[in-house]
This record gives sequence, C-alpha cells and structure tokens, in this order.
Amino acid sequence: MSSVMANNKTTNKAANTTTRPKGFSIDLKTWGPFIALLVLALLGVLINPAFLGLDNLSNMLTRSAFIGIIAIGATFVITAGGLDLSVGAMAAFIAGVMIILMNSLVEQFGAGLTTVLLGVGASLLLGLCAGFINGMVTTKGKIEAFIVTLGTMGIYRSLVTYLADGGTLTLDWAVRDIYRPVYYGSFLGITIPVWVFLAVAVIGYILLNYTRFGRYCFAIGSNEKVAEYSAIHVDRIKTMTYMLQGVCVALATIIYVPRLGSASGATGVLWELEAIAAVIIGGTMLKGGHGRIWGTVVGAIMLTMIGNILNLTDAISNYLNGTVQGIIIIVAVYLQRASWRKTAP
Amino acid sequence: MLLSARQICRSFGENQVLFDVDLDLQAGEVHALLGENGAGKSTLVKILAGYLRPTSGEVLLNGKQQHYRSSGEAEADGVVMIHQELALAEQLSAEENIFLGRELRRGPFLDRCAMREQSRAALAELETHVDPRARVKDLSTSDQQMVEIAKAITRDVRVLIMDEPTATLTENEVKVLFELIARLRQRGVAILYISHKLREIEQIADRVTVLRDGHLVDSGPMAGRSKEELARLMVGREIDEMYPPRTHLAADAPVVLEARDMVVPGAVKQASFTLRRGEVLGFGGIVGAGRTALIEAVLGLRGKSAGQVLRNGQPVLLKNLRDAVHQRIAYLTEDRKGKGLVLNMDLRSNVTLLNLRAHCHPLIDRRREEQAYQQAIQRFDIRLRTAARTAAELSGGNQQKLLLAKVMSIDPEVVIINEPTRGIDVGTKHQIYHFIHELTEAGCSVILISSEMGELIGLSHRVAVMCAGVLTGVLEGEQINEHEIMQYASGIKGVGVDEQRYG
Repeated sequence: MSSVMANNKTTNKAANTTTRPKGFSIDLKTWGPFIALLVLALLGVLINPAFLGLDNLSNMLTRSAFIGIIAIGATFVITAGGLDLSVGAMAAFIAGVMIILMNSLVEQFGAGLTTVLLGVGASLLLGLCAGFINGMVTTKGKIEAFIVTLGTMGIYRSLVTYLADGGTLTLDWAVRDIYRPVYYGSFLGITIPVWVFLAVAVIGYILLNYTRFGRYCFAIGSNEKVAEYSAIHVDRIKTMTYMLQGVCVALATIIYVPRLGSASGATGVLWELEAIAAVIIGGTMLKGGHGRIWGTVVGAIMLTMIGNILNLTDAISNYLNGTVQGIIIIVAVYLQRASWRKTAP
Repeated sequence: MLLSARQICRSFGENQVLFDVDLDLQAGEVHALLGENGAGKSTLVKILAGYLRPTSGEVLLNGKQQHYRSSGEAEADGVVMIHQELALAEQLSAEENIFLGRELRRGPFLDRCAMREQSRAALAELETHVDPRARVKDLSTSDQQMVEIAKAITRDVRVLIMDEPTATLTENEVKVLFELIARLRQRGVAILYISHKLREIEQIADRVTVLRDGHLVDSGPMAGRSKEELARLMVGREIDEMYPPRTHLAADAPVVLEARDMVVPGAVKQASFTLRRGEVLGFGGIVGAGRTALIEAVLGLRGKSAGQVLRNGQPVLLKNLRDAVHQRIAYLTEDRKGKGLVLNMDLRSNVTLLNLRAHCHPLIDRRREEQAYQQAIQRFDIRLRTAARTAAELSGGNQQKLLLAKVMSIDPEVVIINEPTRGIDVGTKHQIYHFIHELTEAGCSVILISSEMGELIGLSHRVAVMCAGVLTGVLEGEQINEHEIMQYASGIKGVGVDEQRYG
C-alpha cells in the first residue's frame, strides 16, 4: 500500500530539497552561551591574570557544581513545561535530615564509611520522594507547578528551621573527617564535585537528546495536548522530570554537606533562582519545549564566574554581584529572543 | 477599481512565494481566490490587509498607492481581514473582542452599554444566539467564528477579506453567512473570499482568481467557468475520479472493532457501532453532535461512564491512547495544530513521535529515525518546497500528510480519521481519498468522521449518523444520500431522539 500517494505526484516541483537555512542567527542561538562565556573569561584575564590560575579555575568550577547539578535537573523540568521553585529549600531540608541521620548513626555504626553511605542513600531517597510529591501534586491535582513548588518551598524551608530549632545543625566531627574528601578531594587533578557535575551533565545530555524520555519532555513542553494524542503518558513523564530534579538536588546536597559540615534555615537560599537563571542563560525556553544541557552547564559556570571576577577586581564592588548577574541574564535572553525573531518566517 | 494589487512579488528569505501577481477588487463584488495549499493565497491577502509588505509591486486603494505598515492602518482604511486561525482573546467576552482596540468611550471610561448594543445588533444580523457577554473561551468554534465576523462588520468595512470562513461552520451557519455576504455586497462592500470548497464558490462568487505555485493562472468572471475547470487550473492536471471505488466487502468479513452502549457524560448517550474488516464506516452529523466525543471515548482519550469496547470480539480496556496503539488502532485528530503536531518541533521528530520506541534500543537511533522520515516523505508525498525546519512552516495540506505519516507509523489495522480534509486543497484531498481506499484494499478498516457530505457518501460502506449525542441511525447502500443523512443528522428520523428531547 505504499504507492498511491507517491503515484500522484505529477507536479512535484523541486520536492524534497532539504536545504538548510543558513545564517548568523542560528549560530548565535546554539553558540551564544559559549561565546558569552568566552568573552567573560577574556574579561577576567584582562582584569586580573590570576583569573587563569589553576587554583582559581578549579575553585570556581567546584563552586559552580552545586548550582550546575541542580540546574541540569531544572532543565528537564522546564523543558517539559514545568517549574520547580522548591529546590533551594529542598537542598537545605535534605542536608538537615542527612546530618541528623549520620550523627545518630555514629553510635550504632561508628564514624565509618557505612554511616556516610547510609546518609548518602537516605539523601537520594529523600530527593526522589520530594520530587515525586511535587510531580504528583502538579499532575494529578492539576495545579500550576509555580504554586505547588512555592508551597513545598515554604514547607521544606520551615522544616529545616524546625529541625535545627532555629539554629544550625552540625555534622559530627569524626564523620566529617571521613566525608571531607567528597568536596575537598580530587582525582586526576580535578575535584570530585567537578567530576560529579561532568557526569551529571553527560548523563543529562544523553537522557535529553537520545532517549524517549527526553524527546517526550520536548513534546510535552511544546504542547501537552499533542503529547497526549501521541500516546505519551504525560503525567508520568512530568512526574519523572520532578523526580530527576529531586535526585539532582540530593546529589548537589551530598557534595555540599562536607564543605561546611552544617545546615541551617539559611542553607540554599535563592538557589532555585540561580538554577533557573543558569537554565535560561543556557538557551532553554522558560515556557518549555526547548532545552539544552550544555547551555545550562555554561550558564551555571557563568554565574559563578561573575562573582569570581568581581572578587579579583576593585573596579566594581563585590556587593554589585547581583546587579551584574541580573544584567547578564536579561541580555542573554534578549539576544536569544532576537535570533528567534529573525528565524521566524 | 476599489482595491488593486499590481505585480506583487514576495519572498521569504531565498524562497519566493509570489510572482508578479495582479488582483482587482471592485466595490460590490464577491471575488473568489482559489489555489492549492501553499499556492500563495494567504501571503497575498496578508499583503493586501497590511500584515506583510510585498518584496516588490504595489497595492492601490481607489487608485492611490498604499504603504501599509500594519494591519491597523489597513483597517483604518476599511480593509479588514478575517483570519483562518481565529484571532480572539479567549478570556475576554464577545463584546470586548468585537471592540478590541477601538473601544467606545464616554470621557475616560468605557461606554459598555453602547458597545453591548452594537455587538448585540451585529450578532443578531448574523442570526446567532451568542450572548455578547459570554466569554469567548466558552463558545464553540463556529460561534467564535461568528464573533470574528461580527468584529469585522461592526467596522466601517469597504473591503472584507475572508480566509476559509466556512471551515468550522455548520451547513446552516454557512447559509446565514452567505445571506450576510449578499447583504454586504449590496452595500457596496468588496469581498475577497478564499475557500477550497468549489461548490461554495460556484454559489456566491462573481469573479474568480486562481493561483498556482505563486503564479496567477486565471482570472475572470465566474459565469462560464465550471467547477471541474477551476479544479484543474488549481491543481494543474486532470482530476479524473474524485472518489476511488469502494473496496469489495466480503459477506463474512469479521467485526474488528465494536463499541457497546457508550455513554460520555454531557456528550454521548448510549451509542453502539461495529466496524468490519476492510470497511469504511462514516460518521455524519453536525458539529457538536458527539461524534468526536464518542470516538475519543472508545480510544480512552476521554472518560466514559458506561460502555464496552471489543477488539476482534474480545473485550478490551483502553485507558489511554497507548493502549489503543497496542491494539493497533490509529487516530488522526481533527485538530492538527492543537493536538496533532508539535508545531515548533522538526519534521522528523514529529513523524516518529508516536512510535518512537521502534527507534530506541535503548538510545534513539538517529539514523534509523531519519530513514523512517525519508520513507514517510516518499510514501505520503510530503512536498518540502520551502526549506521547512518545523511543522509550523508547512502548508495545511503538507501538515495533514505529515500527521498521516505520524499516525500510520504504528502500522495500524484500524484507522480512525477525523475531518481529514478540513482546510485542504483539492489535490491533497484526492490523495487522501485514494489513501483510504488503499488502506481498505490492504485489509485495514477505517472510521471516517466528516462534516463534508460528499466525502461520507463517496467513501463509506455504511454511515452512522449522530444528533445531539444520540446515534440516530446507521445507513447502508441506497440509504446513503444527502437527504437521508440530513434527516438523521437533524433528528427528524431515527431512534432515541424524541425521548431524549422530551423526556
């Protein structure tokens, strides 16, 4: 039965010519974030040659890992048309529970690897559950993601404050010694957090671009109805994006806890906005349907780099970090939108 | 000459879509603009109405050259366009939409009373029951279309451009619209009317212009031109047989799909039907009769409160479309832009979206995906005249073929097709009819939901007719004719309507 339609093409003029539209605008869309990062790095070198120092670069990448890992999860959520505002509070909550758990396990298992592994496992499980709750309430309750995650944000934030009794939860010193290398250690000259960041990014890239799950995220973010009529389990996929986000938050928390060895109500404040900013700078559309993992990685590094450069110069006060970040976010999005407009017919 | 286009050329990038097109509109005439999808009709009228600027050539109003920079400037001159895709603010009421952007005011405040009165008058002239205060979101598509038309006629309109105005209207509404067009014509309004429905054009047009591939191929009075001739001019070749012969149905052809006592709250009251192997079962009725609701409930896309679905005689539970796909049932939605295609996604991903798992092991194999896409282009004759990257950039006919390719990717045994030719040119229609014939020849079964009487009569073995949520009858053989279908569709004949209406 494969012939009739083809038989009818008597006036098939220049059909099937798939000439790719070329032009600067396309390049800007794909490479924009990378170019911006390069420009920023160049600026850093000009301001202070110490910027290129191995210690400085390593330190900067390590710091960007937290936001970066969370932002990779956020890329999935946002691509599928959702939003998760609860990630910062979730990180604080997970950190708090993890510390309490490990402290109490010391009596039973001693300050050993078992304790740390159990803490890590609990953290991942908690992230998975928290994401599951966000996803289920959003999809089954048919409530906007903004509202649901605004709610859970408040809940997690107050829970960690309650657990810490308004103060700070501190990790047992003995455990901290064992756990320390997860943040401070390095392998082949690259710190562990950067390795984790890289691994999450690679897995995220494959997941988003080479699996059904990723393709479905694009479809759902573009048009949920079309996705439903394409036999996609929309609710299931959306919930999975929140669960993935939860796991990413847990991973970020796992490498964050040994850094300070403590958690409080002030942990992870505004991380959700930084993560969203990284995603947006990277070229993912806030309204969904289009996402890019490497863009997000670059976005996260850029945000940290701005602070780093301001630290290295006296020209602009360090207190203006937020101002510069804000300007960069707006300019980045403006450039992307301008190129969208050009490619539209 | 009221409005003239002289030697209009228009290119998008390197792709030229209009070549030296002339068009003359006189006051008090209905001028039909014909052409296949992608022939450049929409581009031409957008230039006339100020939405686009020509690459070269000029637009003259009353002999004076105009350079409209926006549709607002054209509207100020009385050149108004009614869009193919409705352009209404969904959350606003009908009256707010009608006066959007040119609200009547008393001092600094809105003069709601005056606007309501004028809206009511305009809607009354269209013989619709739409309440000016009703929110547009809550209106049916055809009522929304009426609001759009009311919006145009409340302006001081001199040239009215209608792009496929009847695509979503019922027969009766079309009649009212034609009466309105006749009145506007008497008032001296020039009407430029785009439609694929040659029957309509034969009915109302004074003059006709035909475009093909961006070139003007014919222009002149409607009198003396036949439908067949115009169709040939549009397509550029002979259309021998519009409808292919029906597949011979074996007397013992088994029932492949059966629905029993389906009830969908608020849409369908107890409907049952059977579909046999190799059969085309048509579904007739006016828009809103519950045909789509019934079919989508069978497929698990909508909730049903009662009813059973049998596949090859076995009861099956279809909770969502994935279950239906497992039963090798394919569904082509009537809303190709809203439910069928991911418009901002590339063409290849659209084709493979429904059956993506066939290209996964476990990662997506981009090469095999590309192969499947190239095969689909060949098989469904998708014409990529433009370097279209996303589905949104394709013409309506090509979008429909792309959607067909997507739906057929699961290699179905039962194909359910909903309004396959809405807003589609003659050539593509012809192809789709032959495709349906091919399916049944290969042993597939087809359910065809259509508001086009000709399609139902020309293709179906049996026609099920619905009226107000009730399946009033299933017509066979000689019974399948326009008169009979109308009787059942309006509830004059058939079972179950009376009790529902008076009970």
